[in-house]
Amino acid sequence: MMLYFLCLVLFCVGLYGVLRKRNLIKIIIGLGIMEYAMNLFFVLLGYRFHGRAPIDAKDQGILNMVDPLPQAMVLTSIVIGLAVTALIISIAIRIYERYGTFDITKIKKLKG
Amino acid sequence: MINNSKTGMTLIVKTITRLTVGLILLFGIYIILHGHVSPGGGFAGGVIVALSFVHLMLAFGKDVAVAKVSKNMASNLESIGAMMFLLIALSGFLGGSFFLNVLAKGSPFDLLSAGTIPLSNIAIGIKVGVGLFAIFLALVVLERAK
Amino acid sequence: MELHILLIFMIFAAIIAIEEKDLLSSVIAVGAVGFALCLAFLILKAPDLAITQLVVEILCLIILIRATINKDLPLVIEGRWIFNTFSTLGFIAVFLLFAWLALKELPGFGEPIMAVVKKYLQESVSKTGSVNIVTAVILDFRAYDTLGEATVLFTAVIGIMAILRRPGRKK
Repeated sequence: MMLYFLCLVLFCVGLYGVLRKRNLIKIIIGLGIMEYAMNLFFVLLGYRFHGRAPIDAKDQGILNMVDPLPQAMVLTSIVIGLAVTALIISIAIRIYERYGTFDITKIKKLKG
Repeated sequence: MINNSKTGMTLIVKTITRLTVGLILLFGIYIILHGHVSPGGGFAGGVIVALSFVHLMLAFGKDVAVAKVSKNMASNLESIGAMMFLLIALSGFLGGSFFLNVLAKGSPFDLLSAGTIPLSNIAIGIKVGVGLFAIFLALVVLERAK
Repeated sequence: MELHILLIFMIFAAIIAIEEKDLLSSVIAVGAVGFALCLAFLILKAPDLAITQLVVEILCLIILIRATINKDLPLVIEGRWIFNTFSTLGFIAVFLLFAWLALKELPGFGEPIMAVVKKYLQESVSKTGSVNIVTAVILDFRAYDTLGEATVLFTAVIGIMAILRRPGRKK
Protein backbone atom coordinates (compact mmCIF):
# COMPACT_ATOMS: atom_id res chain seq x y z
CA MET A 1 0.00 0.00 0.00
CA MET A 2 2.70 2.48 0.99
CA LEU A 3 4.88 1.17 -1.83
CA TYR A 4 2.13 1.75 -4.38
CA PHE A 5 1.72 5.29 -3.11
CA LEU A 6 5.46 6.02 -3.28
CA CYS A 7 5.44 4.68 -6.84
CA LEU A 8 2.65 7.11 -7.73
CA VAL A 9 4.61 9.96 -6.10
CA LEU A 10 7.48 9.09 -8.47
CA PHE A 11 4.99 9.21 -11.34
CA CYS A 12 3.86 12.65 -10.18
CA VAL A 13 7.43 13.98 -10.14
CA GLY A 14 7.64 13.09 -13.82
CA LEU A 15 4.21 14.61 -14.43
CA TYR A 16 5.34 17.85 -12.80
CA GLY A 17 8.33 17.95 -15.13
CA VAL A 18 6.15 17.45 -18.20
CA LEU A 19 3.56 20.03 -17.17
CA ARG A 20 5.76 22.74 -15.71
CA LYS A 21 9.14 22.75 -17.44
CA ARG A 22 9.80 24.60 -20.67
CA ASN A 23 12.99 22.91 -21.77
CA LEU A 24 12.39 20.12 -24.28
CA ILE A 25 15.07 17.88 -22.75
CA LYS A 26 13.45 18.31 -19.34
CA ILE A 27 10.12 17.24 -20.84
CA ILE A 28 11.74 14.13 -22.33
CA ILE A 29 13.30 13.36 -18.93
CA GLY A 30 9.89 13.74 -17.28
CA LEU A 31 8.37 11.30 -19.77
CA GLY A 32 11.15 8.83 -19.00
CA ILE A 33 10.53 9.06 -15.27
CA MET A 34 6.80 8.47 -15.79
CA GLU A 35 7.65 5.38 -17.82
CA TYR A 36 9.93 4.04 -15.09
CA ALA A 37 7.23 4.54 -12.45
CA MET A 38 4.65 2.76 -14.58
CA ASN A 39 6.91 -0.24 -15.20
CA LEU A 40 7.70 -0.48 -11.49
CA PHE A 41 3.99 -0.32 -10.60
CA PHE A 42 3.24 -3.28 -12.87
CA VAL A 43 5.97 -5.39 -11.34
CA LEU A 44 4.98 -4.41 -7.79
CA LEU A 45 1.46 -5.70 -8.48
CA GLY A 46 2.80 -9.14 -9.32
CA TYR A 47 5.16 -9.58 -6.36
CA ARG A 48 4.52 -12.30 -3.84
CA PHE A 49 6.03 -12.66 -0.38
CA HIS A 50 8.81 -15.27 -0.20
CA GLY A 51 8.29 -15.99 -3.88
CA ARG A 52 10.86 -17.31 -6.32
CA ALA A 53 11.85 -15.95 -9.70
CA PRO A 54 9.68 -17.48 -12.45
CA ILE A 55 12.30 -19.93 -13.68
CA ASP A 56 11.91 -23.64 -13.06
CA ALA A 57 14.56 -25.53 -11.17
CA LYS A 58 15.09 -29.26 -11.29
CA ASP A 59 14.53 -30.00 -7.62
CA GLN A 60 11.80 -27.53 -6.69
CA GLY A 61 8.11 -27.34 -7.41
CA ILE A 62 6.16 -24.46 -8.91
CA LEU A 63 4.29 -23.61 -5.72
CA ASN A 64 5.51 -20.13 -4.83
CA MET A 65 6.48 -18.14 -7.88
CA VAL A 66 5.94 -14.45 -8.46
CA ASP A 67 3.51 -13.47 -11.18
CA PRO A 68 5.27 -13.75 -14.59
CA LEU A 69 2.56 -12.04 -16.63
CA PRO A 70 3.33 -8.37 -15.63
CA GLN A 71 7.01 -9.12 -16.11
CA ALA A 72 6.38 -10.31 -19.66
CA MET A 73 4.41 -7.17 -20.47
CA VAL A 74 6.98 -4.82 -18.91
CA LEU A 75 9.77 -6.57 -20.85
CA THR A 76 8.28 -5.43 -24.15
CA SER A 77 7.41 -2.03 -22.70
CA ILE A 78 11.04 -1.24 -21.76
CA VAL A 79 12.35 -1.75 -25.29
CA ILE A 80 9.47 0.22 -26.80
CA GLY A 81 10.21 3.01 -24.31
CA LEU A 82 13.81 3.23 -25.54
CA ALA A 83 12.68 3.45 -29.18
CA VAL A 84 10.09 6.12 -28.36
CA THR A 85 12.66 8.14 -26.38
CA ALA A 86 15.02 8.03 -29.35
CA LEU A 87 12.19 9.17 -31.64
CA ILE A 88 11.38 12.17 -29.40
CA ILE A 89 15.07 13.06 -29.16
CA SER A 90 15.43 13.05 -32.93
CA ILE A 91 12.47 15.44 -33.17
CA ALA A 92 14.11 17.64 -30.51
CA ILE A 93 17.41 17.67 -32.43
CA ARG A 94 15.59 18.81 -35.56
CA ILE A 95 13.80 21.55 -33.58
CA TYR A 96 17.16 22.71 -32.18
CA GLU A 97 18.65 22.89 -35.66
CA ARG A 98 15.73 24.91 -36.94
CA TYR A 99 15.21 27.35 -34.08
CA GLY A 100 18.47 27.20 -32.10
CA THR A 101 16.77 26.67 -28.75
CA PHE A 102 15.08 24.06 -26.59
CA ASP A 103 12.61 26.54 -25.06
CA ILE A 104 9.12 25.68 -26.22
CA THR A 105 7.65 29.16 -25.72
CA LYS A 106 10.23 30.74 -27.99
CA ILE A 107 9.52 28.17 -30.68
CA LYS A 108 5.89 29.20 -30.67
CA LYS A 109 6.86 32.85 -31.05
CA LEU A 110 9.16 32.17 -33.94
CA LYS A 111 6.43 30.30 -35.73
CA GLY A 112 4.42 33.52 -35.77
CA MET B 1 41.85 1.58 -41.04
CA ILE B 2 41.54 0.28 -37.52
CA ASN B 3 44.92 1.75 -36.58
CA ASN B 4 44.15 5.18 -37.96
CA SER B 5 44.94 7.47 -35.05
CA LYS B 6 43.14 10.51 -36.39
CA THR B 7 39.55 9.42 -35.74
CA GLY B 8 38.06 8.20 -32.50
CA MET B 9 39.49 8.27 -29.01
CA THR B 10 43.01 7.72 -27.64
CA LEU B 11 45.22 4.65 -27.99
CA ILE B 12 44.34 3.32 -24.53
CA VAL B 13 40.63 3.27 -25.28
CA LYS B 14 41.23 1.67 -28.66
CA THR B 15 43.36 -1.11 -27.22
CA ILE B 16 40.87 -1.93 -24.48
CA THR B 17 38.04 -1.84 -27.01
CA ARG B 18 39.86 -4.24 -29.30
CA LEU B 19 40.14 -6.69 -26.41
CA THR B 20 36.61 -6.41 -25.06
CA VAL B 21 34.26 -5.81 -27.97
CA GLY B 22 34.33 -9.41 -29.16
CA LEU B 23 33.55 -10.65 -25.68
CA ILE B 24 30.57 -8.29 -25.43
CA LEU B 25 29.22 -9.53 -28.76
CA LEU B 26 29.73 -13.14 -27.67
CA PHE B 27 27.93 -12.48 -24.39
CA GLY B 28 24.99 -11.01 -26.29
CA ILE B 29 24.78 -14.09 -28.51
CA TYR B 30 24.97 -16.33 -25.42
CA ILE B 31 22.11 -14.42 -23.79
CA ILE B 32 20.01 -14.78 -26.96
CA LEU B 33 20.64 -18.50 -27.42
CA HIS B 34 20.02 -19.41 -23.78
CA GLY B 35 16.84 -17.38 -23.48
CA HIS B 36 14.63 -20.37 -22.68
CA VAL B 37 16.77 -21.98 -19.97
CA SER B 38 18.08 -18.95 -18.06
CA PRO B 39 17.19 -15.27 -17.58
CA GLY B 40 17.62 -13.21 -20.68
CA GLY B 41 16.15 -13.71 -24.10
CA GLY B 42 15.86 -11.88 -27.35
CA PHE B 43 15.26 -8.41 -25.99
CA ALA B 44 18.17 -8.22 -23.53
CA GLY B 45 20.57 -10.04 -25.85
CA GLY B 46 19.63 -7.86 -28.80
CA VAL B 47 20.34 -4.70 -26.83
CA ILE B 48 23.74 -6.12 -25.77
CA VAL B 49 24.61 -6.88 -29.41
CA ALA B 50 23.63 -3.33 -30.35
CA LEU B 51 25.77 -1.99 -27.48
CA SER B 52 28.84 -3.84 -28.78
CA PHE B 53 28.57 -2.05 -32.13
CA VAL B 54 27.88 1.26 -30.36
CA HIS B 55 31.04 0.66 -28.32
CA LEU B 56 33.01 0.11 -31.53
CA MET B 57 31.61 3.30 -33.01
CA LEU B 58 32.34 5.40 -29.92
CA ALA B 59 35.94 4.22 -29.70
CA PHE B 60 37.03 4.11 -33.34
CA GLY B 61 34.82 6.70 -34.99
CA LYS B 62 31.92 6.04 -37.25
CA ASP B 63 33.78 4.77 -40.30
CA VAL B 64 34.94 1.50 -38.74
CA ALA B 65 31.50 0.61 -37.45
CA VAL B 66 29.84 1.54 -40.73
CA ALA B 67 32.35 -0.70 -42.55
CA LYS B 68 31.20 -3.59 -40.34
CA VAL B 69 27.45 -2.95 -40.61
CA SER B 70 26.37 -0.39 -43.19
CA LYS B 71 23.01 1.33 -43.22
CA ASN B 72 21.58 -0.75 -46.06
CA MET B 73 22.76 -3.93 -44.37
CA ALA B 74 21.14 -2.79 -41.11
CA SER B 75 17.78 -2.17 -42.73
CA ASN B 76 17.99 -5.46 -44.64
CA LEU B 77 18.84 -7.41 -41.49
CA GLU B 78 15.99 -5.79 -39.61
CA SER B 79 13.54 -6.76 -42.33
CA ILE B 80 14.96 -10.29 -42.26
CA GLY B 81 14.36 -10.47 -38.49
CA ALA B 82 10.79 -9.27 -38.83
CA MET B 83 10.04 -11.67 -41.70
CA MET B 84 11.62 -14.56 -39.79
CA PHE B 85 9.41 -13.91 -36.78
CA LEU B 86 6.34 -13.73 -39.02
CA LEU B 87 7.35 -16.96 -40.78
CA ILE B 88 7.66 -18.71 -37.43
CA ALA B 89 4.21 -17.41 -36.57
CA LEU B 90 2.80 -18.61 -39.90
CA SER B 91 4.39 -22.03 -39.51
CA GLY B 92 1.92 -22.60 -36.71
CA PHE B 93 -0.70 -23.16 -39.41
CA LEU B 94 0.94 -26.54 -40.05
CA GLY B 95 -0.57 -27.59 -36.76
CA GLY B 96 -3.76 -25.62 -37.09
CA SER B 97 -3.44 -22.12 -35.66
CA PHE B 98 -1.35 -18.94 -35.64
CA PHE B 99 1.72 -19.01 -33.33
CA LEU B 100 1.33 -22.71 -32.54
CA ASN B 101 4.49 -24.40 -31.33
CA VAL B 102 4.81 -27.07 -34.00
CA LEU B 103 8.34 -28.38 -33.51
CA ALA B 104 9.30 -31.14 -31.09
CA LYS B 105 9.57 -29.97 -27.49
CA GLY B 106 12.53 -32.06 -26.42
CA SER B 107 13.41 -32.53 -22.80
CA PRO B 108 13.47 -29.47 -20.50
CA PHE B 109 16.78 -27.93 -19.34
CA ASP B 110 18.41 -28.76 -22.69
CA LEU B 111 19.70 -26.17 -25.13
CA LEU B 112 17.86 -27.79 -28.03
CA SER B 113 14.39 -27.86 -26.57
CA ALA B 114 11.18 -25.84 -26.46
CA GLY B 115 10.27 -26.09 -30.14
CA THR B 116 10.09 -22.73 -31.90
CA ILE B 117 11.00 -20.58 -28.90
CA PRO B 118 14.80 -20.47 -29.58
CA LEU B 119 14.13 -19.59 -33.22
CA SER B 120 11.80 -16.80 -32.13
CA ASN B 121 14.46 -15.59 -29.71
CA ILE B 122 17.01 -15.42 -32.52
CA ALA B 123 14.58 -13.49 -34.74
CA ILE B 124 13.72 -11.03 -31.95
CA GLY B 125 17.40 -10.64 -31.11
CA ILE B 126 18.36 -9.79 -34.69
CA LYS B 127 15.47 -7.39 -34.97
CA VAL B 128 16.04 -5.52 -31.70
CA GLY B 129 19.82 -5.38 -32.00
CA VAL B 130 19.97 -4.17 -35.57
CA GLY B 131 17.02 -1.83 -35.05
CA LEU B 132 18.62 -0.07 -32.09
CA PHE B 133 21.96 0.11 -33.91
CA ALA B 134 20.18 1.67 -36.89
CA ILE B 135 18.63 4.25 -34.54
CA PHE B 136 22.08 5.15 -33.16
CA LEU B 137 23.57 5.25 -36.67
CA ALA B 138 20.83 7.61 -37.79
CA LEU B 139 21.37 9.85 -34.75
CA VAL B 140 25.14 10.09 -35.33
CA VAL B 141 25.78 9.82 -39.06
CA LEU B 142 22.79 11.44 -40.65
CA GLU B 143 22.90 14.44 -38.37
CA ARG B 144 26.62 15.03 -38.90
CA ALA B 145 26.26 14.85 -42.67
CA LYS B 146 24.38 18.11 -42.83
CA MET C 1 11.95 -2.27 3.83
CA GLU C 2 14.78 -1.99 1.33
CA LEU C 3 12.22 -1.30 -1.37
CA HIS C 4 10.99 1.76 0.57
CA ILE C 5 14.53 3.12 0.83
CA LEU C 6 15.14 2.46 -2.86
CA LEU C 7 11.89 4.17 -3.87
CA ILE C 8 12.63 7.23 -1.73
CA PHE C 9 16.08 7.40 -3.32
CA MET C 10 14.45 7.23 -6.76
CA ILE C 11 12.06 10.05 -5.86
CA PHE C 12 14.91 12.30 -4.69
CA ALA C 13 16.98 11.52 -7.80
CA ALA C 14 13.96 12.28 -9.99
CA ILE C 15 13.41 15.63 -8.24
CA ILE C 16 17.09 16.51 -8.78
CA ALA C 17 16.79 15.48 -12.43
CA ILE C 18 13.78 17.73 -12.92
CA GLU C 19 15.04 20.76 -11.02
CA GLU C 20 18.75 20.79 -11.93
CA LYS C 21 19.82 23.71 -14.13
CA ASP C 22 22.64 21.89 -15.93
CA LEU C 23 21.33 19.52 -18.58
CA LEU C 24 24.22 17.04 -18.34
CA SER C 25 23.78 16.73 -14.56
CA SER C 26 20.09 16.13 -14.95
CA VAL C 27 20.71 13.39 -17.55
CA ILE C 28 23.09 11.69 -15.09
CA ALA C 29 20.45 11.93 -12.36
CA VAL C 30 18.03 10.13 -14.69
CA GLY C 31 20.66 7.42 -14.99
CA ALA C 32 20.62 7.09 -11.19
CA VAL C 33 16.85 6.59 -11.30
CA GLY C 34 17.20 3.93 -13.99
CA PHE C 35 19.88 1.92 -12.20
CA ALA C 36 17.91 2.08 -8.93
CA LEU C 37 14.97 0.69 -10.91
CA CYS C 38 17.21 -2.16 -12.06
CA LEU C 39 18.02 -2.95 -8.42
CA ALA C 40 14.32 -2.81 -7.54
CA PHE C 41 13.59 -5.36 -10.28
CA LEU C 42 16.22 -7.64 -8.80
CA ILE C 43 14.65 -7.39 -5.34
CA LEU C 44 11.21 -8.05 -6.84
CA LYS C 45 12.47 -11.36 -8.31
CA ALA C 46 12.47 -10.33 -11.96
CA PRO C 47 15.96 -11.13 -13.33
CA ASP C 48 14.94 -10.83 -16.98
CA LEU C 49 13.73 -7.31 -16.41
CA ALA C 50 16.86 -6.41 -14.45
CA ILE C 51 19.16 -7.43 -17.32
CA THR C 52 17.05 -5.65 -19.90
CA GLN C 53 16.67 -2.49 -17.82
CA LEU C 54 20.45 -2.33 -17.20
CA VAL C 55 21.47 -2.48 -20.85
CA VAL C 56 18.58 -0.30 -22.05
CA GLU C 57 19.53 2.33 -19.48
CA ILE C 58 23.12 2.42 -20.76
CA LEU C 59 21.99 2.91 -24.36
CA CYS C 60 19.41 5.51 -23.29
CA LEU C 61 22.10 7.47 -21.42
CA ILE C 62 24.39 7.41 -24.46
CA ILE C 63 21.60 8.73 -26.69
CA LEU C 64 20.56 11.43 -24.17
CA ILE C 65 24.15 12.64 -23.67
CA ARG C 66 24.60 12.63 -27.44
CA ALA C 67 21.57 14.91 -27.72
CA THR C 68 22.50 17.34 -24.96
CA ILE C 69 26.26 17.73 -25.36
CA ASN C 70 27.61 20.81 -27.11
CA LYS C 71 24.27 22.56 -26.90
CA ASP C 72 24.13 25.92 -25.23
CA LEU C 73 21.90 26.12 -22.21
CA PRO C 74 18.88 28.32 -22.72
CA LEU C 75 18.23 30.85 -19.99
CA VAL C 76 14.58 30.16 -19.36
CA ILE C 77 12.63 33.01 -17.83
CA GLU C 78 9.53 31.63 -16.21
CA GLY C 79 6.52 33.86 -16.67
CA ARG C 80 3.60 33.79 -14.18
CA TRP C 81 5.66 31.58 -11.90
CA ILE C 82 3.31 31.47 -8.91
CA PHE C 83 0.11 30.76 -10.82
CA ASN C 84 1.60 28.01 -12.98
CA THR C 85 3.34 26.25 -10.13
CA PHE C 86 0.34 26.29 -7.82
CA SER C 87 -2.09 25.08 -10.46
CA THR C 88 0.26 22.21 -11.31
CA LEU C 89 0.78 21.30 -7.68
CA GLY C 90 -2.97 21.47 -7.04
CA PHE C 91 -3.64 19.12 -9.92
CA ILE C 92 -1.03 16.69 -8.61
CA ALA C 93 -2.55 16.86 -5.11
CA VAL C 94 -5.99 15.98 -6.49
CA PHE C 95 -4.44 13.13 -8.47
CA LEU C 96 -2.68 11.72 -5.43
CA LEU C 97 -5.83 12.03 -3.27
CA PHE C 98 -7.91 9.98 -5.70
CA ALA C 99 -5.02 7.55 -6.14
CA TRP C 100 -4.94 7.02 -2.35
CA LEU C 101 -8.68 6.31 -2.37
CA ALA C 102 -8.41 3.94 -5.31
CA LEU C 103 -5.36 2.02 -4.12
CA LYS C 104 -7.35 0.60 -1.21
CA GLU C 105 -9.34 -1.52 -3.66
CA LEU C 106 -6.26 -3.21 -5.11
CA PRO C 107 -5.02 -6.52 -3.70
CA GLY C 108 -2.42 -5.92 -1.01
CA PHE C 109 1.29 -5.91 -1.70
CA GLY C 110 2.67 -9.43 -1.74
CA GLU C 111 -0.64 -11.21 -2.30
CA PRO C 112 -1.46 -11.15 -6.02
CA ILE C 113 -4.61 -12.79 -7.34
CA MET C 114 -2.90 -14.79 -10.13
CA ALA C 115 -6.08 -16.08 -11.73
CA VAL C 116 -4.73 -16.43 -15.28
CA VAL C 117 -1.15 -17.22 -14.45
CA LYS C 118 -1.90 -20.34 -12.44
CA LYS C 119 -2.61 -22.19 -15.69
CA TYR C 120 0.51 -20.80 -17.33
CA LEU C 121 2.69 -21.86 -14.40
CA GLN C 122 1.35 -25.40 -14.40
CA GLU C 123 1.44 -25.97 -18.15
CA SER C 124 4.49 -24.06 -19.32
CA VAL C 125 6.98 -26.91 -19.13
CA SER C 126 4.67 -29.56 -20.54
CA LYS C 127 3.19 -27.42 -23.34
CA THR C 128 6.13 -25.33 -24.49
CA GLY C 129 9.19 -27.06 -23.03
CA SER C 130 10.62 -23.72 -21.92
CA VAL C 131 12.04 -23.54 -18.40
CA ASN C 132 12.02 -19.74 -18.25
CA ILE C 133 8.32 -18.94 -17.82
CA VAL C 134 8.63 -15.28 -18.84
CA THR C 135 10.03 -16.40 -22.21
CA ALA C 136 7.28 -18.98 -22.50
CA VAL C 137 4.66 -16.27 -21.92
CA ILE C 138 6.07 -13.68 -24.34
CA LEU C 139 6.95 -16.08 -27.15
CA ASP C 140 4.30 -18.76 -26.92
CA PHE C 141 1.20 -18.02 -24.85
CA ARG C 142 1.05 -14.32 -25.66
CA ALA C 143 3.13 -14.03 -28.82
CA TYR C 144 0.71 -11.51 -30.32
CA ASP C 145 2.07 -8.92 -27.88
CA THR C 146 5.57 -9.54 -29.18
CA LEU C 147 4.39 -9.26 -32.78
CA GLY C 148 2.87 -5.87 -31.92
CA GLU C 149 6.08 -4.83 -30.19
CA ALA C 150 8.09 -5.75 -33.29
CA THR C 151 5.75 -3.61 -35.39
CA VAL C 152 6.12 -0.62 -33.04
CA LEU C 153 9.92 -0.91 -33.07
CA PHE C 154 9.98 -1.11 -36.86
CA THR C 155 7.75 1.97 -37.10
CA ALA C 156 9.97 3.88 -34.68
CA VAL C 157 13.12 3.09 -36.70
CA ILE C 158 11.41 4.18 -39.92
CA GLY C 159 10.21 7.38 -38.21
CA ILE C 160 13.69 8.26 -36.93
CA MET C 161 15.25 7.66 -40.33
CA ALA C 162 12.56 9.80 -41.98
CA ILE C 163 13.04 12.65 -39.51
CA LEU C 164 16.84 12.68 -39.53
CA ARG C 165 17.49 12.08 -43.22
CA ARG C 166 19.21 14.67 -45.32
CA PRO C 167 16.60 17.09 -46.65
CA GLY C 168 16.16 16.97 -50.40
CA ARG C 169 16.66 19.91 -52.69
CA LYS C 170 13.71 22.24 -52.83
CA LYS C 171 12.07 22.75 -56.20
